[in-house]
Amino acid sequence: MDNISATIQVVPLNHYILLSAIIFTIGVVGVLIRRNAIIIFMSIELMLNAVNLLLAAFSAYSGDASGQVFVFFIMALAAAEVAIGLAIIVMVYRNTSSIDINILNRLKW
Amino acid sequence: MRFNQKGNTVAYDMSLFYFVAFLTILFSLLVIFTKNPVYSVLSLIATFFTFTIHYILLNAQFLAVVNFIVYMGAIMVLFLFVLMLMNLNEETEPMKSNLIKIIGVIAGVTLLVTLVGSIHALQTTGVSATPNSEIGLVENLGKVLFSEFLLPFELSSLLLLSAMVGAVLLAKKDKRTNNG
Repeated sequence: MDNISATIQVVPLNHYILLSAIIFTIGVVGVLIRRNAIIIFMSIELMLNAVNLLLAAFSAYSGDASGQVFVFFIMALAAAEVAIGLAIIVMVYRNTSSIDINILNRLKW
Repeated sequence: MRFNQKGNTVAYDMSLFYFVAFLTILFSLLVIFTKNPVYSVLSLIATFFTFTIHYILLNAQFLAVVNFIVYMGAIMVLFLFVLMLMNLNEETEPMKSNLIKIIGVIAGVTLLVTLVGSIHALQTTGVSATPNSEIGLVENLGKVLFSEFLLPFELSSLLLLSAMVGAVLLAKKDKRTNNG
């Protein structure tokens, strides 16, 4: 009985999956509904973080350290990505005086 | 507060997880729904902080520290710096039409329903019910990182170097144009 109450005490893995799914979805919605390039960038960061949390939770629950090492690599990658992405946004802003992504639709042609 | 069966695990009340999860969802919703970009960045900082708390609750101490330093230190400074540089506010904020917003939210909810449905169909066999408390410590992760993942670790330094060079090249003013 004591053992059962002790296992119930721990947060089930499914709840971590659910939380990550919700945050990932919020990131996707943010990319879809905003036109500000920086906000879109933040939404991508949210998605990356959701995946990070999921990897860390899986790693902790399955007792395999590789998942947390992957999270470490994703964080290094995210730092590089933010530096490059914000540099691109600064360049776009310098050329168009706006960070509205609809102005960039001429990239289609 | 009860303790789970691993004696050395950080014992916490289960409701703490749900409270922090609620905060995470609330702040990430604020990130995408506030009109002022500065408030979005501040909400993003709060979101990252709740992620750090999640890592601490999972006893992934190394990730908690790295998340705190990298995201709340480096990335947030970059975001805030760029935002201050651009002098954005609510009036200059470009907004999509309401139709696009509704369609986007519907698409997101559909994605969420699909994900939740597939989670329910998921078989999590081979996964223990309790988190292993030892592997998130710096000592264990360091051993894995410098033995099994040594080559990717060294390659990531190349990635960071190239990112640095690329960012400097991109942000540098082009000398050929006058208004540049």
